Amino acid sequence: MTKEELKNNITELLPSTTFDETGEFLNVIIASDELLPFMKTLRSKSEFDFDYLFCLTCIDLNNHLMMVYHLISKTHNHCIVIKAKITDTIKPEIESVNSIWKTAELNEDEVYDLFGVKFLNHPNLRRLFLEEDWEGYPLRKNYVDENMIKL
Amino acid sequence: MLLEQNHITKEGEFVINMGPQHPATHGVLHLKVWLDGETIKKVEPHLGYIHRSIEKMCERLSYRQFIFTTSRMDYLSAHINNQACALVVEKALQLEVPPRAKAIRIIMAELTRLASHQLWWACMGLDLGAVTPFFYAFREREAINEIWEETCGARLTQNYIVPGGVMMDTHPNFRKRVKDVMKQIKDKAHEYEELLTGNVIFQERLKGVGYLSREDAISYGCTGPTARASGINSDIRKLFPYDGYEQIKFDEVLNSGGDCWARYLVRIEEMKQSVSIIEQLIDIIPEGDFQVKTKNVIKLPKGDFYQRVETARGELGVYIVSDGAASPYRCKFRSPNLSNLSAIPKIAEGAKIGDLVAIMATVDLVIPDIDR
Repeated sequence: MTKEELKNNITELLPSTTFDETGEFLNVIIASDELLPFMKTLRSKSEFDFDYLFCLTCIDLNNHLMMVYHLISKTHNHCIVIKAKITDTIKPEIESVNSIWKTAELNEDEVYDLFGVKFLNHPNLRRLFLEEDWEGYPLRKNYVDENMIKL
Repeated sequence: MLLEQNHITKEGEFVINMGPQHPATHGVLHLKVWLDGETIKKVEPHLGYIHRSIEKMCERLSYRQFIFTTSRMDYLSAHINNQACALVVEKALQLEVPPRAKAIRIIMAELTRLASHQLWWACMGLDLGAVTPFFYAFREREAINEIWEETCGARLTQNYIVPGGVMMDTHPNFRKRVKDVMKQIKDKAHEYEELLTGNVIFQERLKGVGYLSREDAISYGCTGPTARASGINSDIRKLFPYDGYEQIKFDEVLNSGGDCWARYLVRIEEMKQSVSIIEQLIDIIPEGDFQVKTKNVIKLPKGDFYQRVETARGELGVYIVSDGAASPYRCKFRSPNLSNLSAIPKIAEGAKIGDLVAIMATVDLVIPDIDR
């Protein structure tokens, strides 16, 4: 599917989404509580068939967090970027997509470790790199470490 | 916090820790292995022993500087990591790289793939108890390292590919040296075949061991030779060509076996493809500039940029979110090794503890790329 067709089909599916087409891929911005059913549809509907999650990350935009999922379909060879907005930065929570793509497990552990996003229904949520008692989430913009050197 | 499943419930079950200093994990990876006798029930990777916060550092470095940190990620694919970063900057600035630089980049990238696969082949033998392959493979790898030393000034962390082209022109000896090494590799190929590929004991260790199905490989996000050995078209050089790969004739090596033996064969065949790519290019490197002029301070336009390349281990993606400043707002490296590692618990389930070493060896992880 082309970008335009993807956009039309997704608008039919979820009328409340907003789009950003400035980049290479079609960016779909949704609210965090809509994520799991929306992702399930993207995976299961044969016209989308996004079977491959190739990049999962998070961005700290100061007043909110943005989860970013890069998806590609191995059958149709089209890409899409789903951005889920988490407004609560004190106690961020989002549904895990591990039940759809198994690769999410370690990637979500990484995001939990470095951004503090709690993934609901994750099979084994743990700090992947840092110790369990580490304070703060290093990739957050407001993270302060007194040993950090300004370059 | 111990979960219910972490407890040992039956007699004869136990937990062993493989690593962080185990020679077969090639770096400081800690695998917690639940065993029932000799059979693996569950594997859980623990990481972070060499985490250097490269992504956080990149938020403070300029677009010229952040390339240097990436050589330290997958240090066996340093050229290709640099290439990914250079390409994402060029994509954002819409820079056209001179043809000479493109040709040099491809040759360097393929030399990297050769050197990396040779090191894998060497260590693979070592892991499975054969010491001799190490010396055979390092003979050729040393010759490649010497080419890099002459042209780039470094043997491991080259930092040679920069936004706009390559850092400096090739050494006058470059063409002759590369041709000599290609001849050497082709002449010695039969030794590789005789020593390991045709070795029955070695084959028995790999055939039918560590099966990964196509569906699982997709679900676990595997890329590179690991995915291609399960029959997935995942070569970025073919799917999303960059730097002129679309003009070069080469085959994507596929194997539907899915076991350790298939992964072994894919890498061996890839080495031959790399030699063929280099031979196509080495005599027709175009004359001209090796770099386009870029501004001293590079500032990317606002927006998101994603660039992927095929490293020796799979798809490396560089995802940059720019706010228009001289350094990235957020920089994420999509590591091929993290995804391949996530498949190891699945591959190892039900295997014997001795086969875990063979599985680790054929998936070929480089831990600093996971602990970015």
